[in-house]
Amino acid sequence: MPLLEIHGLRKYFGSVVAADDIELAVESGEALGIIGPNGAGKTTLFNLIAGRLFPDAGTIRLDGRDITSARPHERCIAGIARSYQIPQPFETLTVFENLLVAAVHGRHKTEAGAAQLCGQVLERLGLLRRANALAGSLTLLERKRLELARALATSPRLLLLDEIAGGLTESECTELVGTIKELHASGVTIVWIEHIVHALTAAVGRLIVLNFGRKIAEGKPAAVMGSPDVRQIYIGIEA
Amino acid sequence: MAEQNKPLAGAGHYRIETGTPVSLMAAVGTLIVVALLAALPLFAGRDLLENMIFVLYMLALAQCWNLLAGYTGLVSVGQQAFVGLGGYILFALTLIAGIDPLVAIILAGAISALFALPTALIVFRLRGAYFAIGTWVVAEVYRLSFAQFRQLGGGTGTSLGPDITNAVFAIDRVKSLLDVRTPAARDIISYWAALALAVGTTLLVYLILRSRRGLALGAIRDSEEAAASVGIDNARVKLAVYVIAAAVTGMIGALIYLQKARISPDAAFSVLDWTAYVIFIVVIGGIGTIEGPILGTLIFYLMQNYLASYGAVYLILLGVLAILVMLFAPKGLWGYLSQSYGLELLPIRRRLVWKKDQ
Ligand SMILES: Nc1ncnc2c1ncn2[C@@H]1O[C@H](COP(=O)(O)OP(=O)(O)OP(=O)(O)O)[C@@H](O)[C@H]1O
Ligand SMILES: [Mg+2]
Repeated sequence: MPLLEIHGLRKYFGSVVAADDIELAVESGEALGIIGPNGAGKTTLFNLIAGRLFPDAGTIRLDGRDITSARPHERCIAGIARSYQIPQPFETLTVFENLLVAAVHGRHKTEAGAAQLCGQVLERLGLLRRANALAGSLTLLERKRLELARALATSPRLLLLDEIAGGLTESECTELVGTIKELHASGVTIVWIEHIVHALTAAVGRLIVLNFGRKIAEGKPAAVMGSPDVRQIYIGIEA
Repeated sequence: MAEQNKPLAGAGHYRIETGTPVSLMAAVGTLIVVALLAALPLFAGRDLLENMIFVLYMLALAQCWNLLAGYTGLVSVGQQAFVGLGGYILFALTLIAGIDPLVAIILAGAISALFALPTALIVFRLRGAYFAIGTWVVAEVYRLSFAQFRQLGGGTGTSLGPDITNAVFAIDRVKSLLDVRTPAARDIISYWAALALAVGTTLLVYLILRSRRGLALGAIRDSEEAAASVGIDNARVKLAVYVIAAAVTGMIGALIYLQKARISPDAAFSVLDWTAYVIFIVVIGGIGTIEGPILGTLIFYLMQNYLASYGAVYLILLGVLAILVMLFAPKGLWGYLSQSYGLELLPIRRRLVWKKDQ
């Protein structure tokens, strides 16, 4: 049984179709990449999976359980964590408290019991130095790392990453790809939206392409990127 | 104790620390101040006691409003609903049911919490400014409803006779112990009740902030969307805070009207007395801090004592001060002080530290 199973998913914003009859299955332990031009409906798909938005039609299952109408916090507790394309840190909390609140509420840990996990996540993402600084004082790069760190603090089974490599330098990007591969190797199932295709293809085993809310291609990264349809859309996006 | 931010080689583990050296001193200092305040009736005259009762219940109201608006982002301008409700419940329970006034104060808290549930159902559908207006409208509905109760004096209100106000728990013991007459003994008991409520409310807010729920409050205030995505049930946390604030506000209202011994709908549900002044106190003192309302209450008391005789001028000054603070020190005077001098008397920050294993 796939970990995540999406069937006939539709979402309209007025006349805009942001999700058009999407079918998708993500196996446990898989790393899936999502690409597509601006406004293709990538973030909308995450919003539907994480419960930020509810679909106009279709079903979403996690581990076979129908979560289509579950509320966002229930989906987090069920094992789904996400990072936001535009970071949304808890600015008046410290970096550590951002993780702590996620661990305590997302995984029902005690504060004392969560400290070790949070410390290790901060170590892994190079944020330990900033642990006791206010999240509002972080740079954009640090905020992006905090997005990932906070999601990890909930010990997710399914991790949704929305453009966390945007704006990074080449070496930072390589480092991030390394971190994501490690996470994947440790058993976390990952779905990663990214415009920087070479970073994405280095970390994922399967790629899907969205355009106007539709899934237009799916398969091994090299095959997908080689298909004429995708190349046509992607002229000018990936230099 | 070797303590550093980054783990060096060797075994150890991460831990959470909350206290600061100043906070320990502050805790001891607070205990001493509370003990002195508790002993105040031994040396103070009735005028001072009556002023202190006012200061203490304004402080308790300010802590409640700060918990709602400052920590949870629920900017209510309708807390007078629960002050008036608590006051009227006290009158109903003592006048009609013949219950001891101190017991009635506690019951007023419980009944206010019950009233808060359906109220929340209505106002929680509203966001931001509409929430604020909604809470005010609900308070007006409460005021109009209580004006209908004939047994409680209708629109003109009613009074508690000396037979009731003098019947408070343990008044005879206070009279013989401190060798005072009945009215003075009544004030002393009200003063102690007010002190207990003010200290209790401050402590309650502190304990909430130190709990799991307290951590969630900051997250909700900063981003409701992200808070939900890390597993926080926003609606439930906000409802819990609203109900707790209503219960405490109801108890304060009951105490206020036990002390005043006279109630009317217009006074008991006054938005100026029970919400506007409270907002001034919190904004001037420092919204979103526990210390702020304490500082704000002192400033409010001093201003009222020295300027109230100027009437309208006093209100204008209060407004101007609040606006100046909002413009130049958005976190209030306490926020300014704590930022300038790095002060945190009641520590709620969780700091991550690395401890070497012994
Ligand atoms: N809450 C909303 N209300 C109305 N329209 C929306 C909303 N969210 C998204 N849309 C629209 O839905 C479409 C898909 O948006 P979405 O954010 O999912 O795109 P995306 O693929 O993530 O794009 P990008 O690469 O720019 O992040 C766009 O046309 C967008 O304007
Ligand atoms: Mg997007």
